[in-house]
Amino acid sequence: MDLFRTIFSDPEVWQITVLSLKLSGLGTLFSLLIGLPVGTLLAYAKFPGRSFFMGIVNAGMGLPPVVVGLAVAMLLWRSGPLGSLRLIYTPSAIVIAQTVIAAPVVTGLTAAALQQLNPRLRLQLLGLGASQTQVILHMWWEARLPLLAALMAGFGSVISEVGASMMVGGNIRYQTRVLTTAIVLETSKGQFDFAIGLSVLLLTVTFLINLTLTWVQQRGAKQ
Amino acid sequence: MSIVLEIHDLLVRLDQKIVLDIETLTVETGEILAVVGPNGAGKSTLLQVIARLLKPERGVISFNGSHGTGETDTQYRRHMGLVLQEPLLLDTTVLDNVATGLRFRQLPRIEIKQRAETWLKRFGIEHLRNRPACKLSGGEAKRVSLARAFALQPDLLLLDEPFSALDSPTRASLLDDLKSILTETNTTTIFITHDLKEATSLGDRIAVILNGKLLQCGTPEEIYSYPKDAEVRSFLGLDAR
Repeated sequence: MDLFRTIFSDPEVWQITVLSLKLSGLGTLFSLLIGLPVGTLLAYAKFPGRSFFMGIVNAGMGLPPVVVGLAVAMLLWRSGPLGSLRLIYTPSAIVIAQTVIAAPVVTGLTAAALQQLNPRLRLQLLGLGASQTQVILHMWWEARLPLLAALMAGFGSVISEVGASMMVGGNIRYQTRVLTTAIVLETSKGQFDFAIGLSVLLLTVTFLINLTLTWVQQRGAKQ
Repeated sequence: MSIVLEIHDLLVRLDQKIVLDIETLTVETGEILAVVGPNGAGKSTLLQVIARLLKPERGVISFNGSHGTGETDTQYRRHMGLVLQEPLLLDTTVLDNVATGLRFRQLPRIEIKQRAETWLKRFGIEHLRNRPACKLSGGEAKRVSLARAFALQPDLLLLDEPFSALDSPTRASLLDDLKSILTETNTTTIFITHDLKEATSLGDRIAVILNGKLLQCGTPEEIYSYPKDAEVRSFLGLDAR
């Protein structure tokens, strides 16, 4: 109990927690902005190579965070193509890497959710005079429960990753240290108690967020 | 009577196969045209082509005297109301479902509510207004999908087998209600069915489509008294007489 009291009274722990939530929240948000339209396109548009793109997205759902970290680090490295932006070892770099990790998850699950709807519903909406935008908004509404699951999966994939955040963020104290990288650091220092405390905090935060989203989802299901 | 819809030289090919080939077909204002034919004859394809949900390989479809070149597909479809075989209701209340097409047209809220309520009453489902669509019976759901289309006050109503998958009493009751509403509103309608009784009961004229070809079009009396050929005769079940 003393350990938890120490952890919860440490302002740095709260700063790390808030930063983790902020960066993973932004990564999930950007992945939604990419994943929803791209997933919709993959679900409904007919174009050559669609199955190939679908395969890439599905493969991307299991993209190892360290590989993403490496790719983003090479892009943002000072001598890299985007080096002039000076983003390496900044919170923005972590958001970019986490967006790359979550986007295929959200895209793939969005496409799957929309493909599960009755394909004739789209025709019915068009037949009632819907514009293409109105059709898409209504299809998203109809698939809102699996789309919420896509959101949860996307968030879960980034809040729990460590490899990419470590590689592109550098685990810099007060700047890019997030819960997962802090756990790695404490473990490497042999501070297992502190690492366990942070892990419990990470699990609690993740659980509470997913519990809220699940409540929203199940409330929708009951209605 | 003026002509609402005119079709000339229509050809639809799907997967290299001709599924619809119609030389000419017209629908007049206030008329109910029943399109009959067996499953896979091309009836639903005709409806989709008319609603611009499917592009034909060739052909001219003139609606209200215009080829619709000045209108987008959405603007064109907003002259129509479409009811497909399945009710395909949205996951919301009955009232919201009936208001769906009206909301697409961005009509004032008061008008949307008034029109939706009117058509709920007209189809005898006003007591279901706040019920989630997923909790409706098959017959109730069909009534909602019909009310949703009628609420649009369309220039042309397109009904694709609206009585399919209903039991006989529900079907009969809905057929009676639909008949009286169509007569009362004088709504120009194309009604797809494979049931000859329904076609004869509702249609001012009947169009017989077999294997994608429009073989005959005329009043029920004309069709039954003078079937064009053996194929039509056989489809109408007149062979045994």
